[in-house]
Amino acid sequence: MIKRLLVGARGKSFGLIVPLIAIAFGFIAGGIIMLLSGNNPILGYTALIQGVFGDMYYFGETLRMMTPLILSGLAVAFAFRTGLLNIGVEGQLIVGWLAAVVVGIYVDGPFALVLAILAGAVAGGLWGFIPGLLKAKYEVHEVIVTIMMNYIALHVSNHFIRNYLLASGQRTDFVNDSASLSSPFLEALTDYSRLHWGFFIAIFACVVMWFILWKTNKGYELRAVGYNKNASSYAGMNVKTNIILSMVISGAFAGVGGAMEGLGTYGYAQILSGFTNLGFDGIAVALLGASTSVGIFLAAFLFGGLKIGASNMQSAAGVAPELVEIVIALIIFFVASSYLIRWILGRLQQNKEEK
Amino acid sequence: MDILQILYTIIPAALIAATPLIFTALGGLFSERAGVVNIGLEGLMVIGAFSGIVATLWFESMGLGYASPWLALLVAMIIGAVFSLFHAVASITLRADQVVSGVALNFLAVGLAVFMVREIFDRGQTDYISARIYRTDVPFLSDIPFIGPMLFSRVYATTYIAIILAVVVWYVVFKTPFGLRLRSVGEHPMAADTMGIKVNRMRYIAVMLSGAFGGVGGAVFAITTAGNFAGNTIVGQGFMALAALIFGKWHPFGALGAALFFGLAQALSLTAQQIPALAQVPQVYLLIAPYVLTILALAGFVGKANPPNAIGKPYEKGSR
Repeated sequence: MIKRLLVGARGKSFGLIVPLIAIAFGFIAGGIIMLLSGNNPILGYTALIQGVFGDMYYFGETLRMMTPLILSGLAVAFAFRTGLLNIGVEGQLIVGWLAAVVVGIYVDGPFALVLAILAGAVAGGLWGFIPGLLKAKYEVHEVIVTIMMNYIALHVSNHFIRNYLLASGQRTDFVNDSASLSSPFLEALTDYSRLHWGFFIAIFACVVMWFILWKTNKGYELRAVGYNKNASSYAGMNVKTNIILSMVISGAFAGVGGAMEGLGTYGYAQILSGFTNLGFDGIAVALLGASTSVGIFLAAFLFGGLKIGASNMQSAAGVAPELVEIVIALIIFFVASSYLIRWILGRLQQNKEEK
Repeated sequence: MDILQILYTIIPAALIAATPLIFTALGGLFSERAGVVNIGLEGLMVIGAFSGIVATLWFESMGLGYASPWLALLVAMIIGAVFSLFHAVASITLRADQVVSGVALNFLAVGLAVFMVREIFDRGQTDYISARIYRTDVPFLSDIPFIGPMLFSRVYATTYIAIILAVVVWYVVFKTPFGLRLRSVGEHPMAADTMGIKVNRMRYIAVMLSGAFGGVGGAVFAITTAGNFAGNTIVGQGFMALAALIFGKWHPFGALGAALFFGLAQALSLTAQQIPALAQVPQVYLLIAPYVLTILALAGFVGKANPPNAIGKPYEKGSR
């Protein structure tokens, strides 16, 4: 197995080996930080693993945490396939969350759930449309526009909740039962965690992304634009439309991610004092998952597990939960610096061949 | 409130809100002019705020009194520069995507800072510092009618340092050989390399300068405005500084003006309720104004903002 991975490493695709080494480096660095801060890394990581698999409740919470991470990861990956870096997933997720909850509060009946999720997708898509349009029409770099759109989303959604939707404290009313994703069955199955049907919607979304990108003509065009704009244009594809479309679909994935939180985990929207960070984590998920559906699912499991396991790590081993954030940040560094890993692997192989 | 009273409240508040943005935006200018995107300004401010507060507390306990916050600013500057090496090594030497590396830097900064706060203080925030940089009246100038109370009374010295620094940065970037090299590396690295400029070394220096400035920016905010450090001390100021840099078209005076303008918007959003003419305007418009304006500037509605030519591209010798 390892040999096959290394053989794969000789060619263009490094397959699994770059992310796996990046994860290993991230955990080793985290262990060193624990050592330096006077903690026992073995105890810390044991508690972390127990905090994910040790209990059905924790496991259910991990799956629950994965749901928005998968969708925000898909959102980042989808835009990335068209050569766009969507840093605005955070904002698209926030407006999707709010729109889904608004529909969930005011609409009742058999189609309430579908309409609420669609509302989330539309709101997120709209939030992605603006940077897409500016990129296509005025060649404005999408990174800066999406960062700015994040703050606009945060303040605008807070404004609407504060002035029109406030029910008690900092939050809106609960959504109608007909629009809720929460599931007594899944909750009972996982020792009363907050796991909800959204998890399956997230898996379905993975399939949807794979299907759009690899099984439709439009997906082929989107990927072609991502590889080479000029060639795509020469081949008769409309690059501008594809850029806008990619950002809209990406935003829609993010909006659905927000809807999952609004309709599933919480059942309401609230005034946010800062970002949820779910959207930014999506960048990490997509990067580690190499922008593939399966990769994103696995990366979301890793990061979701880290985030949930962190609380047990604190209570059982006394390690501050922020250690997990450090490990995640370092994993992104190592994946992004895959040049280093490739270089080391290349050296190792050269040595072997010389022998 | 009459109009003078309003100006006397808002202008100083705007200057105070703008100060950390000016420092950080000027830092970002070095990095981006040299061709390295710096989304990590936010994280650099976080690390600066953290080290500024911790160093102040430390110097206080050593009995340094009112010199402590000033020494802490120096510490924040050095730590900011060292921390920015993460971004420099990843994006210059290892050719990582500069945006991704910046995002990772932000994650790392918050994680590392809050982790250390928990380890040192056993809770999510630091103690409050007692030796703050206080607001003072500038002698003589504060007695000038009209301008005095508006610009020179009850101000932080750091505000004037920031404004003077903008002039210094302008001189360095546009009037010295170092500045010419810095800009050439960001516009056309291959040509710069041909002329014997060490492209990657210039970029390292530029990123470390942005780390030093960003560190000071964060520390200034923490020491003057916040008084302690927690995970939510720096929320978005770094990104706003980035917006100021772009809205200011990558020019020191532009960035200075944009930072002052964003500071004004921030001050207005906090005090608008007391001003009759503005009480009717929903706060949200003032809150989102800096971001909307930046987007409009980029789209060319408020004068086209063109980034340095080679921005975002790692330089590989011999590639075309």
